[in-house]
Amino acid sequence: MHTHPLERFWIYLSAGLLVVFAFAVAFSSLVLGIEIPGIEDQAVPAAAAGEYPPNQGWIRELAPGRYEVNMMTRVWTFDPGEIRVPRGSTVTFYLHSADLLHGFRIQGTTVSLMAIPGQVGKVTYTFTTPGEYPFVCHEYCGVGHHLMSGRVIVEGN
Amino acid sequence: MSGVAPYEMRTSEKRLVLWFIGIGFAHLAVGILMGLLQGLQHAGIDLYRVVPLVRHYYQGLSIHGVFNVLVFTTYFIAGFLLFVTGYGLGRPLPGLRLGWVTFWVMTAGLVLVDWALLANKASVLFTSYAPLQAHPAYYVGLVLVVVGTWLLLVIMTQAYLAWRRENPGRRTPLITFGALATIFMWGLASVGIAVQFVGLLIPWSLGLLPGVDPLLSRTLFWFTGHPIVYFWLLPAYISWYFMLPRQVGGRLFSEPLARLAFLLFIPLSLPVGFHHQYLDPGVSVGYKAIHGLLTFAVFMPSMLTAFTVLASVETGGRARGGRGWLGWIGRLPWQDPSVTAQLLAMVLFAFGGISGLVNASFTVNLVVHNTLFVPGHFHLTVGTAVALTFMGVTYWLVPHLTGRRLWSRKAALWQAWLWFFGMTLMSRGMVWAGMLGAPRRTALGSAPYFQPEWTDPLRLAAFGGVLLTVSGVLFFVNLVGTLWGAPRGVTTEVPVAEPVEEGRAMPAFLDRFTPWVTVTAVLVAAAYLPTLYRLFAEMRLTVPGLRPY
Ligand code: HEM
Ligand SMILES: [Cu+2]
Ligand SMILES: [Cu+2]
Repeated sequence: MHTHPLERFWIYLSAGLLVVFAFAVAFSSLVLGIEIPGIEDQAVPAAAAGEYPPNQGWIRELAPGRYEVNMMTRVWTFDPGEIRVPRGSTVTFYLHSADLLHGFRIQGTTVSLMAIPGQVGKVTYTFTTPGEYPFVCHEYCGVGHHLMSGRVIVEGN
Repeated sequence: MSGVAPYEMRTSEKRLVLWFIGIGFAHLAVGILMGLLQGLQHAGIDLYRVVPLVRHYYQGLSIHGVFNVLVFTTYFIAGFLLFVTGYGLGRPLPGLRLGWVTFWVMTAGLVLVDWALLANKASVLFTSYAPLQAHPAYYVGLVLVVVGTWLLLVIMTQAYLAWRRENPGRRTPLITFGALATIFMWGLASVGIAVQFVGLLIPWSLGLLPGVDPLLSRTLFWFTGHPIVYFWLLPAYISWYFMLPRQVGGRLFSEPLARLAFLLFIPLSLPVGFHHQYLDPGVSVGYKAIHGLLTFAVFMPSMLTAFTVLASVETGGRARGGRGWLGWIGRLPWQDPSVTAQLLAMVLFAFGGISGLVNASFTVNLVVHNTLFVPGHFHLTVGTAVALTFMGVTYWLVPHLTGRRLWSRKAALWQAWLWFFGMTLMSRGMVWAGMLGAPRRTALGSAPYFQPEWTDPLRLAAFGGVLLTVSGVLFFVNLVGTLWGAPRGVTTEVPVAEPVEEGRAMPAFLDRFTPWVTVTAVLVAAAYLPTLYRLFAEMRLTVPGLRPY
């Protein structure tokens, strides 16, 4: 098929750009380790039982600076709604929904996940800077959706 | 020859087209009013208690989303595709009776949808995510609208096959070719929501199923939910590729590449839905990555379009005496509102495409997912590239159909420029607020966690929204004026562009649909079947519905 030379140049340029973008995405995911959720984590937190039932909200310290949070969402609250950890802590969140679709986004971080009834989302983040990090529901869940929020407080030393 | 001889459609066909377009725009008018309320609410001006039409932000937002991108688009497109099919083939549509049946099926559905939305019985937003539950009438109504689009597919296929029998060996006229590619793509794409609505949502909302599987439902939705954006966009491309060059006094730059771009959209639009589900637990990262790569691939036909359309418009500017690298731009007929609207729509579409790449990028998406960045992106694409182009088309189409002059050319020019500036500001404000973390689909003006740094971007967006609303008012006044007030007895040409190289040799697969539909089926099976199979195998219809609105 005959194509104009400029047009051919444009096609190669576009394809080249997309290849560069694809590599950048692959790099951010494989090398920088930026996670997105998959099916691999459909388990509840390891050995959650007793004091830490899988279907309730809780925070537990696994080791100094290592935390696990079981986050329950329902209209229009997060449980736990406030999380206090010392600076430098690495926190793994397990996200559940008891009713509708909800969202979980911690402002100023890369933590962002969908809460879907029947699925468990998992994301890990290290809080290096002290301060208050509000988290909000970012999926519509009824008339009180804009009221649904909480906060992570990272305490300095 | 792939061009089109002038042809007059029968009056009854013209009436049908006008009805589709008219009902579409009537809904857009209400939708835009809701948009204004949303923008102002974000900037701290809450008019929901003053305007008695809707009870709260989310009812208004449901109306805004459904009316603008489900009703307005579908109705305009139904009318426009019927028009270009009949006009392009230069023969009466074989199923005119079926055309009216289509209209009434869709409109019966629309009445149900309108009622449910206005009565606050379907404030679930246009995505209808279960387990949020709407009144059954809403789901049934939307299904009837989709059934209408399938009837449209039947009419268009009949017309095409009849034409092929009558014209053996001739290439399909370009505008009709574009229309067929659009409707075939949609026929394949709509399977997802058909299964979702008929199989899950309707029986569930009627109480016939104990519950719903939210992830399965959502996955079926996005099977259709991404390709639907190409169902909106391709009719605008029909105008940009095959009509606008004529309006600017030029020719289509490359016929084979134009056809190739349309055909590529059939297989590439579909297997990409997971890019809306990057942050969903329960869908594997591997398949998300595959859909992410294919999303980059579907960017290619849009890049082809950028080149061919711009080069075609350039032939017009040069034919009108434009010189130098950019001199042809000033020579384009900017005093023609139909041309101006479409050229401005293209400019903003470029930014829409760039912001779309951000959304599509797997990991970068994390930062903007479900923030106002996303509406900042799609008001440039569907909200401008599509909506403003449809308005531009209306500026010649409605005069052509009614035999009346456009009521006010000046108002139309103002309308196009105001939309351009209004959308630039609104979209900039939204993208900016989104990058600062402001969530979308949220009555931010009432949110306790409102961040002070969101104030400026949201005011900017609200100001843009006001300009847009003024633009909308100008458009609707002009439309009403043209339909009922403007002088009669005026003939308006249907612009159809000829290719630069008339009748150039071209491989046969560029004028056939079957190979492309087959490739699509294979690609979609590879991208979707493993996940869908797993989701169906693990399906648990246990989550009850909730109507917290
Ligand atoms: C006067 C013009 C318009 C204004 C002021 C406006 C304003 C807005 C605002 C502020 C939002 C964000 C609401 C939120 O996320 O909380 C929004 C969402 C939206 N707009 Fe517009 N808009 C306008 C025109 C349009 C047009 C022409 C279209 C499409 C044809 C459109 C389609 C949408 C869609 C699909 C949404 C998302 C709804 C949802 O999230 O469920 N808008 N609009
Ligand atoms: Cu919410
Ligand atoms: Cu998409």
